[in-house]
This record gives sequence, C-alpha cells and structure tokens, in this order.
Amino acid sequence: MNADFTAEELAFQEEVREFLQNEFPADLKAKVDASVRLDKDDMVRWQKILFKKGWAAPTWPVEYGGTGWSHTKTHIFATEMGLYGAPEPIPFGMKMVAPVIMAYGSEEQKQRFLPDILESNVWWCQGYSEPNAGSDLASLKTAAVREGDEYVVNGSKTWNTLGQYADWIFCLVRTDNTVKKQEGISFLLIDMKTPGITIKPIVLLDGFPEVNEVFFDNVRVPAENLIGEENKGWTYAKVLLTHERTNIAGVPRGKRRLKALKRIAGETEDGFGASMLENASFKQRLAEIEIELQALEYSELRTLAALSVGKAPGPESSILKIVGTELAQKMDEMFVELAGYNCLPFVPEQFEPGFDGDAIGPGDSASAALTYFNNRKLSIFGGSNEIQRNIITKAVLGL
Amino acid sequence: MDFSYTEVQQMLQDSVQKFVQKSYDFDTRNKIIGSETGYSADNWQLFAELGWLAVPFSEEDGGLGGSAVDLMVIMEEFGKANLVEPYTATAVLGGSLVANLATGEQKETLLGGIIGGELQIAPALAEPNGRYNPASVATTATADGDQIILNGTKIAVENGPNANTLLVSARESGEIRDVEGISVFAVEAGSPGVKIRKYRTVDGKQAAEVTLDHVSVAASNRLGDAGAALPGIESALNRSIVAVSAEAVGALEVLLQKTVEYSKTRKQFGTAIGTFQALQHRMADMFIQCQLARSIVIMAAMSLDSDDSSVEKAKAVAAAKSRVGKAIKSVGQEAIQIHGGIAMTEELDVGHLFKRVTALDLAYGDGDYHTQRFAAL
Repeated sequence: MNADFTAEELAFQEEVREFLQNEFPADLKAKVDASVRLDKDDMVRWQKILFKKGWAAPTWPVEYGGTGWSHTKTHIFATEMGLYGAPEPIPFGMKMVAPVIMAYGSEEQKQRFLPDILESNVWWCQGYSEPNAGSDLASLKTAAVREGDEYVVNGSKTWNTLGQYADWIFCLVRTDNTVKKQEGISFLLIDMKTPGITIKPIVLLDGFPEVNEVFFDNVRVPAENLIGEENKGWTYAKVLLTHERTNIAGVPRGKRRLKALKRIAGETEDGFGASMLENASFKQRLAEIEIELQALEYSELRTLAALSVGKAPGPESSILKIVGTELAQKMDEMFVELAGYNCLPFVPEQFEPGFDGDAIGPGDSASAALTYFNNRKLSIFGGSNEIQRNIITKAVLGL
Repeated sequence: MDFSYTEVQQMLQDSVQKFVQKSYDFDTRNKIIGSETGYSADNWQLFAELGWLAVPFSEEDGGLGGSAVDLMVIMEEFGKANLVEPYTATAVLGGSLVANLATGEQKETLLGGIIGGELQIAPALAEPNGRYNPASVATTATADGDQIILNGTKIAVENGPNANTLLVSARESGEIRDVEGISVFAVEAGSPGVKIRKYRTVDGKQAAEVTLDHVSVAASNRLGDAGAALPGIESALNRSIVAVSAEAVGALEVLLQKTVEYSKTRKQFGTAIGTFQALQHRMADMFIQCQLARSIVIMAAMSLDSDDSSVEKAKAVAAAKSRVGKAIKSVGQEAIQIHGGIAMTEELDVGHLFKRVTALDLAYGDGDYHTQRFAAL
C-alpha cells in the first residue's frame, strides 16, 4: 500500500506549479485572494491561457483536444489549481455537456460544438431543475413537442447558474407524457438567442444574481439539436452525473482556506491580548477541521486509486460530496466567527470587478458572512446531501 | 413555580402581535429597509405612544418597571417579524447605559427623549481590535480645561446613521484592557470631528463605522463618574444580550414553523417531503433546539430580575447567549436545507430570518465567546 506519486507524476506536479506561477494572471490572483468575483471575461481569459498550453480539458480524451492524462495526473492538476486559487473551468460546457456530446452526440454535433467549448468561445448553461422538479428531477415538465423538423419547447427551468452569460443551454425536456417519468425525457441543445426565451435573474442571499429562471414560450428548436435518441435523455444525464464528480470533495480549496483561517486567526485579536490562534477552543476546532480534511483527502485518493485501475465511479462519490460540502460549510462558520462584527457591513459592490473604493474593515473579513450565506447552497445543489445519503442507503447499504 | 406571563405581560404581547400582524409583513419590511433611513419613523412614534419605549426602564426613571421578562416578551415578537427598527440600540443598550450611568438632569433629558420617541441613540462601544470585550477600549478621552477631547475608532455602531446622540466608551486612564478608567460620553452626531461612515448590514439593519478625530465635548457630557463606567456598561450589555437572545428565539420559532409548513406542501417523488422520516427527525431536533433556547433565555431574564449577585447574573446571561448561539446555527441552517434552493433566494423571508439570526449570533459576543466567559466567571 502506498500513496506516493511516481517520479513522472512529481515532475508533472512541479510543471503545473511553475505554470501557475508564471501564467495565472496577477490581476486575477489578486481578485481571488480578495474574494472579488471573477467576471465572464476573467474566466474566459484564463481558460484561453489553459487552452494555449493544451490543458483546457484535463478530462477529455486526446482525440477531442483533451490531455489524455491519467486520473492521478488529472488529480494533481486540480489539486495544484485549487491550492493556488486558480479557478476551475465553469463546468457546464467542459464537464457537463461535452461528455454527453462525446458519448451520445452525432459526428456533426461533435464537430459543431466541442471545439468552441474547448476554446471557451461559447458559454453553456444548464437547464435541468424546475420549480417543481428539484431533488425529484425526473418529474420535470418542460415540454418539447415535435413539429416537422423542429421541437416546440414550452416551460421553465430554474437554478440556472450564470445563465446571464450563456450562449447555449442544454436542457432536459419532456417528450413523452404517457410513459414512466424517467422514460419520456430527452436531451436538447438550445441557442439562448432563439425567440421565445426570457431569462429572469434570481438574487441570492449574498445579493448577487448568481442563478436565473429561464422561460420557454413556443421556442422552436431544430430537431438536429437533439442528442442521441428521443426519450433517452435521462440515461444520458445520469451517466454524466456519476462521471462528473471528480474533485467534488474540494480538498485543495479546503487546504487553501484552512491556511487562510490560520493566518487570519493569527492576525485577529481575541479582545484579551492574545490572538484567536492562541484561543484554546478555536484552536481545537481548527484542528478538527484539519483532521477531517485529511480523512477526506485519503477517501478521495482511495476513490482515485479505484478509478485508476478501471473501476467505475460508484456511490463513493456521494461520500466525497457530503463530507466535502459540510466541511466547507464548517469553515465558512469559522470565517464568520473570526470576522465577528467585521462581516456585518453589506457592501456587495466591493466584491464586484472594478471596485476601487475604500472597503469597510479588514478585507479578509468583509466577505465572510456573504460566503457563509451563499455556501449553504453547497449541500443543496448537485443532488442535495439528502439525495446523496439516499444513494448510499440504497446502493451501498442495500436498504 | 409558574412560567406563565402576567396579565400585563400578556397584554403587552397581544399589543406587539397586533401591530406586527397589521403593519409589518414581509413586503412592508422590505420597503422599510429600502428607504432612506432604513427604519420607519412612523413606527417609532407608535412604539412611543404604545409605551414600548418605556418598557426597559424602572418607574423611578419614568419607565414601566424595567423587567427583563417584559423586555423578552417584546423582543420575541420583534424577532418573529424580523423587525428592523433600532429598538435594541436606542431603548435597550442605549437606554440602559443612560439608566445605569447618568445622573440628574442629564439622565432625565436623555431618558425623556428615548421614552418619548424623539431621541435616537447609537451606542459606540466596540473597537477594531477589541472583539467583544467591553473593557478593551483604546479610544482616548483627554481633559482639556472644561472640555474632553475624544480620539478613536468605533465599529459596528448600530443605528449610527440615524442617531442624534452617540454613547461613546473612551479611556480616561490606564492601559487598553484595564477595568478602571473607562467613561461613557454623550456625543452629538453632528459634532465637529465625528465621521460616521454608514452602511447597511447583511441582515438589513443600519450601522456605521465611527471615527472620532479630536472631538471636543463638555465634561458634563460624561455619564456619571470619570473612569467608573465598566460595571454599568456590562450590566447594560447583559440586558441587551437577553433582548437579542429573545429576539433570536422568536425568529427561530418562525423558521421552524415555516419549515414544517413548507414540508407539508412541497411535493417531491409524489409525496410531501414532510412525510420523509429523515426530515421529520431533523425538524424534531429543530423543535428541541428552539425549546432549549427559549428555556435558557427565560432563565437569564429571570436572573436579571432577581436579587442574584452580579456574577450570577453575568453567568446566566453568558449561558443564554452561548446556548442560543448553538440553536441559531442548527435551526437556521436546517431551515435553509430543508427548504432547499428556494430559501437561498431573496424572495423568501426564510433567508432573511436566517441572515438576521446569524447577525444576532454575533451581537455582543458569539456563542464561543460567551461559553468561555461562562467558564471564566
């Protein structure tokens, strides 16, 4: 049993570190460090730098412009990115729709869509959840009715992340009402400029419209935009969901935030002449977080090792999702605790790109409460943690 | 033994409930938050007329008795409505500082203004490096003839943007955390050298960062004796902690109630999610948390109203804030989780209550601070 990287993997790790230090733009690094939100241009710029290096799509096969890396190398890459604070690609194109197109799309669809995803020329968003289809996604109602060479789409999608930037949306739509709910769903690609689509921002607890509702009113979609076969969409989406869970545990980001917690704790006075890092109770909880992070990291490595010998990802990814998100939320609480009164000012513009005013209070603290509020989403989205526990009870425990 | 409200307390509760039901729904609250001052002056006048602004004060101070249990009754209802009017800042913390420290004409004028609804107070106690320790005062007060010169920075000054009068703790002698040497001064908000940087808080209230740059006040603006304010500050904070804890109890109760209601109507997998045992048990736990929080706040309020020693009172209050903090985290987070995505939006009041209780958790010291305070007392 060993958890060591090979010499080649270690060399690769060094290469990634050097690349990040040299190529991750300093202005973006400054924004990430100050919790300033990256805008679309920032994210696209970084993606194009990765593309130039040939590293835009670590998980794609070589034939589509991917890296062809082993699972371990992909892991090393994601780890170094997370530790450095370089953002992962927005997953909707790269990690969510592209694998579906590769697996089930036609040759024409592959040529039409994949290169623009790889080069970050086109921004994708996700059309899965609906107001009445959340955890029970298969009960979705947005209907696509075939008329000649077109589908006519009516309905609405919600929790559409960053759809305000999107050029295209991939949707699960209902194409058959007469069968079991999972069997009447199709996977459809829709150009966001199509007449009949309206998008309504949803402001979340941190004051930012991170998600949207998307309405479809007689939206006519060319039938050639259907992926695979009609009524097989659920199968495609499900396969995708188990495969896109790499790096879901967020260990590198967790390590980076733990470091930040320790640094801020060292700089924060406890009101009695010592620092919060010297505060026995805080120190103990910090240690508990660190220990949990180690247990999570080794659980992830075990999953990775299984993948490396060709085992399909199983319900273990549910463990990583649950523990990873709940640990991140614990850290959010500790950032709030450290910030104390300093996280109370609600000045959302100071986290927007281009803000050059004078922030209230120390910069490290200002975003703590807003991040705490916003990250409550972690245990809700991507299959809520209740759904993940259901998966474990059914698939692992056989209950 | 009897934990029921007196007839008078019952009437007080009815009166606050009636106001809240009639004039303080979610939309109205949002409008008030979005207004210039961030609170309703009309509501404030009504609070004065109904006598609510007199509740925290003893009869000899012109109030209605000053019982902490009475205060708890009001604050719990305010918490349920997520009310943003600066009741705690002006009437509870501000008012108690005046009641505990001021004397003679000064006391009469300030309390008269508070009770009459004409005066808005902003207690300015916390400092950038002081965390929640009221003795950690770096702001200086230096005598200059008949005048006192104030220099320093105060953070998280609730009601700072709307206050006529700031009550500023400042050090006249000693080292930064010395118990002796602290005084409280009444400072007019418009005085030269007072800079009020106002902001809205994450939970929709009004606060400010206040810098005092050679602010000159008359020595008669000092509340009480020079350098002897800390016990009065601590006692005022104890009362305020009971107030915000009771407010949290009210808010948590609504969070529980709304979560249970939602779980009965929200259907997934063909059935109401409230039929899932996994969720039922968690809502049962939320209920337990609410009950324990309520119990310990009652305990603390009764202690303040009793002949307990000041140490016993401080301990009861620390216990309450510590335990309520725990309930805030678990009930608040579960309310969001069980609602799911919808509670992450600004459109539902659940998220606003969650933000409010999170801020209440920090108010006058978070749970961990008060657990340690409890252990040290």
